[in-house]
Amino acid sequence: MGLIHYFASHHAEILELTLEHLWLVGVSMLLAVLAGVPTGILVARRPRLEKPVLAGANIVETIPSLALFGLLLPVPWLGARADRLAILALALYALLPIIRNTYAGIAGVDPAVIEAARGMGLTNSQLLLQVQLPLALSVILAGVRVATVISIGVATIAAAIGAGGLGEFIFRGLAMVNNNLILAGAIPAALLALAADLAFGIAERLLRPKTSAHG
Amino acid sequence: MLARAMSRNAEPSSTSPHAIEFRDVHFAIRGHTLVRGLSLAVRRGETLVLLGRSGSGKTTTLKLINRLLEPSAGEVSVEGRPAAAWDPIRLRRHIGYVIQEVGLFPHFTVERNIGLVPSIEGWPRAQVRERVQELLRLVGLDPGLAGRYPAELSGGQRQRVGVARALGADPPILLMDEPFGALDPLTRAELQREFRDLQSRIGKTVVFVTHDLGEALFLGSRVGLFEDGRLGGTYTPQEFLESTEPSCVAYRSAFRAVAIQS
Repeated sequence: MGLIHYFASHHAEILELTLEHLWLVGVSMLLAVLAGVPTGILVARRPRLEKPVLAGANIVETIPSLALFGLLLPVPWLGARADRLAILALALYALLPIIRNTYAGIAGVDPAVIEAARGMGLTNSQLLLQVQLPLALSVILAGVRVATVISIGVATIAAAIGAGGLGEFIFRGLAMVNNNLILAGAIPAALLALAADLAFGIAERLLRPKTSAHG
Repeated sequence: MLARAMSRNAEPSSTSPHAIEFRDVHFAIRGHTLVRGLSLAVRRGETLVLLGRSGSGKTTTLKLINRLLEPSAGEVSVEGRPAAAWDPIRLRRHIGYVIQEVGLFPHFTVERNIGLVPSIEGWPRAQVRERVQELLRLVGLDPGLAGRYPAELSGGQRQRVGVARALGADPPILLMDEPFGALDPLTRAELQREFRDLQSRIGKTVVFVTHDLGEALFLGSRVGLFEDGRLGGTYTPQEFLESTEPSCVAYRSAFRAVAIQS
């Protein structure tokens, strides 16, 4: 049975698992941004926090994903549903690039611009919203972009704990030694990653603050 | 119309004869004392130039005025009121601030840069726009530049925008930290002349930091000589030129040596 034929006959299931995959990644990225960006801002405000926070995020990053899924399994509310657990694990993985890039983006704003802004009497929140975040935005987005692409790949492993997603095909294919099944999971996952990368690339360009009337 | 607009906030908001006053101010950070026992009064409408080498405490002194730094001991007053009693945000909006690196917001047009503080202060949009045009003309720029971004301006234009931005909400006091230090000599001379002209028209209280004696004598109504965190004394340009104080003499001879070599 050819690959194309296989895809055609299973398109409904492929679509369903792709949507499930997108749900896992989408919700976890949303949580990671909601937690990671404010953490990055905090670290930029209090340089003393830089080392401990980044070290913590780094440690999470070094835990093998399969082990992290397994470790979270006994946690009461969380372990009750595999998708909750997968979403939390994916969000934890996404934290490091988001925190690091938010911090780097804000710390990278020209100190003279910050001094001038403070000297003009901007409040901390005006400084953050009008100056620091707009100037750091494309760097922050680059972090979210990396995190999303990684997350789409890691999310395939979530199927091992029954959280669904395109990993279902891959694990089933591995068990049945069926390449078509493996590819039915791998190809859409790869395409999703490429599409996400492309979309974020465009968003980065569109949201980069204008610094010239012609560009 | 210009004169009327410029004098809008210029009348003294208190009865103190001094715009700024330092009383026995010390500033130390991490065991280093940068300003020692500074007592100094800046009169309304004068241009006081703080002259001294790098690291002599001039910039620190400037930042103690708008509370970017807080004194370790002693008191700074602005408009007859202790700076510590001012809300720092209100204080800074009352004081224009110009630095050597300019620090224009790269993602804002010239218009938004200059109009930022007036906008935040709630001026109606039309009034902000009018004010921006007025300030651009005041600092010798074509009002047509309002739509440009800082990256599209020359160094001299950027520093002019920096001055215009500092004057945005018409503060009675202006702090300038080596504003023309990074410009080429011709542009610098041009801006110095223009600024002296401007100052004679708008009559702000200006505290101006430089290490350039020529600039100090050209712009200052008084020159304060800083050495190693201490204020050695204040002189009118004439007094400075005639003084037999060793530090004045040293400055003059260093200046003359450069003048002769070139």
